Amino acid sequence: MQTLTINGQNYQVDAPDDMPLLWAIRDLIGLTGTKFGCGVAQCGACSIMINGTVVRSCSTLVSQGVGKDITTIEGTSDSILALRQAWRDNNVPQCGYCQSGQIISAAELLDTNENPTDEDIDNAMSGNICRCGTYVRIRKAIHDAVELKKQA
Amino acid sequence: MKRRDFVKIFGLATGGLLLGCNVSTDKVVINTLKDGISFVPNLFVQLQKDGKLTIIVARSEMGQGIRTSMASAIADELEADWQYVSVQQATGDAKFGNQNTDGSRSIRTLLNPMRKMGAMARAILEQAAAKKWNTALANCTAENHFVVNTASGEKVFFGDLIEEAKTIAIPSDENIKLKDKKDFKYIGKAAVRGIDMEDFLHGNAKYGLDARLPNMKFAAIARCPVTFGTVKSFDDSDAKEISGVEKIIQIDRLKPPAGQFFGMLGGVAVIANNTWSAFQGKNNLNIEWETGANGSYDTEKFNEKLVSRIHNPAKVVPPFRGSVEKSFKDADKVIEATYTMPHLAHAPMEVPNALAWVQDEKCEVWAPVQDPQTVRAEIAHFFGFELENITINVMLLGGAFGRKSKSDFVVEAVALSQKVNAPVQVVWTREDDIQHSFYHAQNAQYLKGSLDKNGKVTGWLHRVAFPSITSSFKPMSDYLAGFELGMGFTNNPFQIENFQIENAKAESHVRTGWLRSVSNIISGFGINSFMDELAIAGGTDQIEFMLDLIGKDRVPIAESPHPFNSARLKNVLEKVRGLSNWRRPLPEGHGMGVAIHYSFYSYVATVAEVSVKNGKVKVIDIYSVLDCGMYVNRDAVMNQMEGAAIFGTSLTLFGKISAKNGAVEQSNFHDYKMTRMKDAPNVYVELIDNNEDPTGVGEPGVPPISAAICNAIFNASGKRVRSLPLSDHGMV
Repeated sequence: MQTLTINGQNYQVDAPDDMPLLWAIRDLIGLTGTKFGCGVAQCGACSIMINGTVVRSCSTLVSQGVGKDITTIEGTSDSILALRQAWRDNNVPQCGYCQSGQIISAAELLDTNENPTDEDIDNAMSGNICRCGTYVRIRKAIHDAVELKKQA
Repeated sequence: MKRRDFVKIFGLATGGLLLGCNVSTDKVVINTLKDGISFVPNLFVQLQKDGKLTIIVARSEMGQGIRTSMASAIADELEADWQYVSVQQATGDAKFGNQNTDGSRSIRTLLNPMRKMGAMARAILEQAAAKKWNTALANCTAENHFVVNTASGEKVFFGDLIEEAKTIAIPSDENIKLKDKKDFKYIGKAAVRGIDMEDFLHGNAKYGLDARLPNMKFAAIARCPVTFGTVKSFDDSDAKEISGVEKIIQIDRLKPPAGQFFGMLGGVAVIANNTWSAFQGKNNLNIEWETGANGSYDTEKFNEKLVSRIHNPAKVVPPFRGSVEKSFKDADKVIEATYTMPHLAHAPMEVPNALAWVQDEKCEVWAPVQDPQTVRAEIAHFFGFELENITINVMLLGGAFGRKSKSDFVVEAVALSQKVNAPVQVVWTREDDIQHSFYHAQNAQYLKGSLDKNGKVTGWLHRVAFPSITSSFKPMSDYLAGFELGMGFTNNPFQIENFQIENAKAESHVRTGWLRSVSNIISGFGINSFMDELAIAGGTDQIEFMLDLIGKDRVPIAESPHPFNSARLKNVLEKVRGLSNWRRPLPEGHGMGVAIHYSFYSYVATVAEVSVKNGKVKVIDIYSVLDCGMYVNRDAVMNQMEGAAIFGTSLTLFGKISAKNGAVEQSNFHDYKMTRMKDAPNVYVELIDNNEDPTGVGEPGVPPISAAICNAIFNASGKRVRSLPLSDHGMV
């Protein structure tokens, strides 16, 4: 048995040694907000934070998450709150499936960069595919979230 | 829609609701909920005492915002306060009418009925209030979830009118009054929160892949790399060693009967207690395949075959006008061009998946499907369940683009659940999705045009070859169906005196299917690229050239519910000229290109601006103007058009599925690439405001994109791209 701390809560899981965190979170723990998209760290749908750094949970072993603070889309932070509001204001999602990963990736950007430029956004967000093509709105929403966070 | 159409028996999947509106008496016969708090004035609406208004949406949500749009259209006419509105997803059932969510038709076909539903419910509530107050109906006006007595100033909450409403007869058609456009609160506005927004933002939205049942199993299936190949033999000893793997089962192909359904490919299934173990088990199977008839399919050779066929005379299809031969002979200039595009896969972010639970005579499914009634009928056909014993729960779709119209993945889940006597969720890997799709057809087009000495087009020959979608339903369908040629080829909007369309043979070696905007992608690329070439050869500005060729204002007499109107096509073209500031001075290495397309009864014009530096293309800006008639959710329409621009950019830059020895060569997003944030252009959208009937939104934005980009590349660099994707030319 391993203990995972996700969004401040402890979960006991009995995961095979080679199981990626994504499947422990989705199938063993039952938090389904983190999404499967490609399985090979190409699309970002499975993005989570481990101790504040974004990782692709489909390609990160359960053992790498033990004893660390894991944040998923079900969790929260100042950046995530600001991003949610900006996502609402800009009506960002279409199908919504990739947006968990988009918000988590954007949260790391906001945590580490007070004034991201378009280029910073391109760099931080290009690991996350949106097949519906909401990039224009995501870019705008990230800029808005920066302002919302400053006001908060 | 007649009064009797409102009158249906209807039961909700959850709770004890039951209501009936009796066909024979025109009375709303109320079979109340067990708790007795609700009445339902028609099929789509349930009002509760606390004011909660539940609207049943029978179309699938895949990002187009249909749950929000349908609910807001009804709520607007009903004068409902949006905060009380919630949506319940209908199961797949013929009582809801056509539920097939494709063809950009939900709002087109349902807006007026939905408005009438809402207006009828409002009329019932106003009559109920009149009865309650014993006053004239004329004094009672619904307003934001209350009925107001304009004589006395009294107000009554919608939820408090339920008892009276039960006694009100369904209003006659003349008493159901639709709102004036100026009184709309939600329709045509960007005023309502998306019904699923909070769930999206908190990870609570339930897609197919999120369906969970106690003791459910997870399955991954190894399918033959060659379409319709079969299992010769397999060794599962390594797979069985994987922790969590419980069972390995061979399943045979279920071949669809001619003309309908999708069946399933068959293969070897690994059943496990979690998804990862199922995937690992699948990867550790050793299977020998019998590749069968498609084992030699090679897309490069197929391209050569198609190109050689379109360079020779082919089957002439109507309409034809004049004599293209004569126009070419008499021409001042004759221009020819050949355009090719490869197969494409939909690659929705949520892979195909389905959870099925077969128990004795019953089958229940939870899946992201665009067409739940076909799924239900297909299960009845293949497994012999009675239709009423099959329940299809429609989950949210994490993207679809046509892939989730084809229910092979549901059939697989049902077959496996039946074999293991437990709920089974079939999960496709991304590799499965890329390699076993119902592909958009690889295609080739040859265009030949004549210009007179004034640079005016006098003749147009358009030869096209690509495998038909009908081949998925009827083997040996080697020529295109009318519906495919009608997507831009035969309904070409340009007035050209001598005009001929020809269709050359094209066999299908994969499962061919429809993908967002279907054959319009092909016609949109070929026709708009060729128009650019003709305009340049004739020395005319492209927009002027096309405006002239569309010709005089006309609405042909047609049986279509939305006949083509040339003035509307010219209007979007004029508008995009302004929006893009066409012909403005551009930085060095930049260029602009224009394209137009009429599809799903909507009119679109697009301008792209690109830069070409050291042979590499960057799409900078896309400007699109859409005339889709009346629309419900303005922001959702804008979002669809923005997304269509990105979708079109992806297929132009990277879109290519190729096959060697019958097997698809791409496998995941590293080699079947998508537009990412760093490649994403800015997208500027303008919507035309008018009172025309609503037409398509989800698809029409895609067809003009690739030609607009390639025409811009020519404008920037002088390089003409006639085969996609750009990545094949080292341009991205």
